[in-house]
Amino acid sequence: MSDLKPGAPAARGLLDTVAASDDELTTTTTLTTGGGVRGEGKLPRRRFKRYFRETGWRHLVGIGVAIFAIFPLLYVFSASLNPGGTLLTANGLFSNFNFESYVDLFNSPRHPYGAWYINTLVIGLVTAAGTVLMGALAAYSFSRMRFTGRRVGLTTLLVVQMFPQMLAAVAIFLLMVAIGDIFPALGLNTQIGLIMVYLGGALGVNTYLMYGFFNTVPSSIDEAAKIDGAGHARIFFTIILRLVAPILAVVGLLSFIGTASEFMLASVILIDPDKQTLAVGLYKFVSDEFSKNWSIFAAGAVLAAILPVALFLALQKYIVGGLTAGSVK
Amino acid sequence: MTTPTIEEPHTAEAPKPTKRARRATRIAEAASGGWKVLLFKVIALGIIDAMALYAILVLVQSEQWLIAGIVLAVTAFANWIYFSRGHLPAKYLIPGLIFLFVFQIFAAGYTGYVAFTNYGTGHNSTKDSAINALMLSAQERVPDSPAYQLTIVEQLGELSFLVTDPDGDVRLGGEERPLEPVDNAEMDGGKAVGVPGYNTLSFAQIVADQQRIADMAVPISDDPNDGALRTPDGSVAYAYVSKLVYDEAADTMTDTRTGVVYSDIGTGAFTAPDGTELLPGWQIFVGFDNFVRAFGEESIRGPFFSVLTWTFVFAFLSVFLCFAAGLFLAIVFNDPRMKSKRYYRVIMILPYAFPGFLSALVWAGMMNQEFGFINVVLFGGADIPWLTNEWLAKFSILLVNLWLGFPYMFLICTGALQAIPDELQEAARVDGASAWQVFRNIKLPLLFVAVAPLLIASFAYNFNNFVLIYMLTGGGPRDVSAGVNVGATDILISMVYKVAFVGSTADYGLASAFSIIIFLLVGTISVIAFRRTKALEELV
Repeated sequence: MSDLKPGAPAARGLLDTVAASDDELTTTTTLTTGGGVRGEGKLPRRRFKRYFRETGWRHLVGIGVAIFAIFPLLYVFSASLNPGGTLLTANGLFSNFNFESYVDLFNSPRHPYGAWYINTLVIGLVTAAGTVLMGALAAYSFSRMRFTGRRVGLTTLLVVQMFPQMLAAVAIFLLMVAIGDIFPALGLNTQIGLIMVYLGGALGVNTYLMYGFFNTVPSSIDEAAKIDGAGHARIFFTIILRLVAPILAVVGLLSFIGTASEFMLASVILIDPDKQTLAVGLYKFVSDEFSKNWSIFAAGAVLAAILPVALFLALQKYIVGGLTAGSVK
Repeated sequence: MTTPTIEEPHTAEAPKPTKRARRATRIAEAASGGWKVLLFKVIALGIIDAMALYAILVLVQSEQWLIAGIVLAVTAFANWIYFSRGHLPAKYLIPGLIFLFVFQIFAAGYTGYVAFTNYGTGHNSTKDSAINALMLSAQERVPDSPAYQLTIVEQLGELSFLVTDPDGDVRLGGEERPLEPVDNAEMDGGKAVGVPGYNTLSFAQIVADQQRIADMAVPISDDPNDGALRTPDGSVAYAYVSKLVYDEAADTMTDTRTGVVYSDIGTGAFTAPDGTELLPGWQIFVGFDNFVRAFGEESIRGPFFSVLTWTFVFAFLSVFLCFAAGLFLAIVFNDPRMKSKRYYRVIMILPYAFPGFLSALVWAGMMNQEFGFINVVLFGGADIPWLTNEWLAKFSILLVNLWLGFPYMFLICTGALQAIPDELQEAARVDGASAWQVFRNIKLPLLFVAVAPLLIASFAYNFNNFVLIYMLTGGGPRDVSAGVNVGATDILISMVYKVAFVGSTADYGLASAFSIIIFLLVGTISVIAFRRTKALEELV
């Protein structure tokens, strides 16, 4: 922030104007001469100084931050390529290049990584789908229909949104114990039970975000369809849902990622190792044999992270858009 | 769900101008409901109804009348809504609302209920089952008691004892089902060997189920003082009587060997005059006891207040540091002259995309005191207790949270900065404002309006950032003087988790009381914060 010192505002403003006009000048020269490299060679020191003051230092900051950001990820990746490695041997970065740990990962009977992976995927996908569907239904009714209790409903959702479900973890645990006494298939230690619990949090978290987006779709579209004889269900499923697809993707993705890395409720509800999710399983793995099998943990972490990271990067634009849209209403 | 793309003949006429809008709507609705939609509706509701019916049957069987009634009412209501005309909003809201009510609103209410009980290890059932459990755990074989001839039978997976007593009477009973006379048993040499409707277990099956059979105790009669039958081998049963005797009239337990009388003095357990309790006890209302303990008991109050302070400090500093870093980077990178911003951006987003729990675990490895990368490589073999010293652990948590959180703030701030119209800036420049003035007086206020709700959300999120704390330090280093299992870096929510679920004793009542306190705090903060942001919005 060196260029934003409050001490020299006027000078800075002047400088900016000069820089801007200089910039225009450079572009025109480059255009006419056809090569910026030769132009740069003429006055190397002064050009570099100016370059540094304008954008060079920004690159320095960028490089510093990038190292800070990516280092732990490189570290864990390198540790995963070091079979049989402990926490100590992981310190020699990229000293080894072997994928054996990834194979070992799936051969531990005490830590059924494959099962955790599948559980996480299934729980995450079902929860995401349920969240999107229920959230969209609710957002549609709030956005398009006028009924008594609408305002109260919206306010309630806004209030509920503030209290994450995990605050009630104790009560949810006791509730699941009680359900399990009567319906063993839905209670404690079942994945269906966990999904139901997550779906309980679905409306509160996402409806408001979706509601905002639904409002941006002009209701004249609905009216036109209605005049053409389409009923509410058809309008919703075939018209509106397609128009709000971006927000559905965002909510689904956020819900999937959130569910996949949720620890507190999953650790309380899922007891058998075979039924647990990656978050619970990998935490147990680390606390069981912390430094001993660091390489295997690292491999597990890399595999577990690939999907969320890839999804996130691919859908980055929508997510960022969705996040800010939620704030601006 | 469905894809009603069926092309159906246009049955609905275009509404005449005289028709009311409501009537038009009704016609449109009727026209759109093709037979496929109807079929789907019937099938989906049929499946749900079938499940609900099953649930009700099971509930009735286990005599949960209230819950059965609620399930019945909700199912009936849903059917009525979906098969009647109109009630459109309800049709769209019901699926989400049902889950919301059960797992969020009811759960929140239930937290409130539990907070006023002594629910926890040793106090997790009703008084009746506590009495039964006590009698059962103190059982001893009656000296010189007769042997009962025993056949083990099974029905629907449940085992029963079919006993022939020395007088030749045949009786049948199981766990929590006192013995009852049977008159149609198949006899074999004076011993009952089978009864219609039940399968007799073979020797091999008995061996296979040995442990379960050895653990069975079949009450001889309704009165727990009469004792129960147990079998050491699966072929002979003996009467066992508890050394404890329950006196129903006086509501006391008497130990027949020592003669000590334990009475119910209202603390949820039978207590001897000298204060010793017989556990398991049962669940009772304790009023505000849990809250009184949280704020009054010295060994809990101290750690509770330090946890409370740290929670606020942690949440505030996390938001502040991440926002400062994010804003700084956004300004740095928000320069049209800078090239290859894209690459920096992708790399900087990675920490945000990487699952949070994994980041915390990886950092915990890197910060390990003996073997971690930071000590061994970066500090050349230093012995810095990153996670085990009280203050360094707090610093480490903030550092890791900065790593986790700055990309989000960077994205938000970049978006907000770019959304500020250029004209404002130009107008200010024309009026002679300096770059700093433009930033301080124009950009920053506008930015705040856009990101303030997100900062509040971020604060609320960090207030309950359980995963980071629990995975990185586990709340440690532990405060050994505390009466509850808490450490220097525990925040409220991780304290709740540890009190309720970690360690050998669980205190659900106290944990729920803490939860209620968090509820109140979060609620208050949110209300204040949203008022403030409204004020901010009105400024512009």
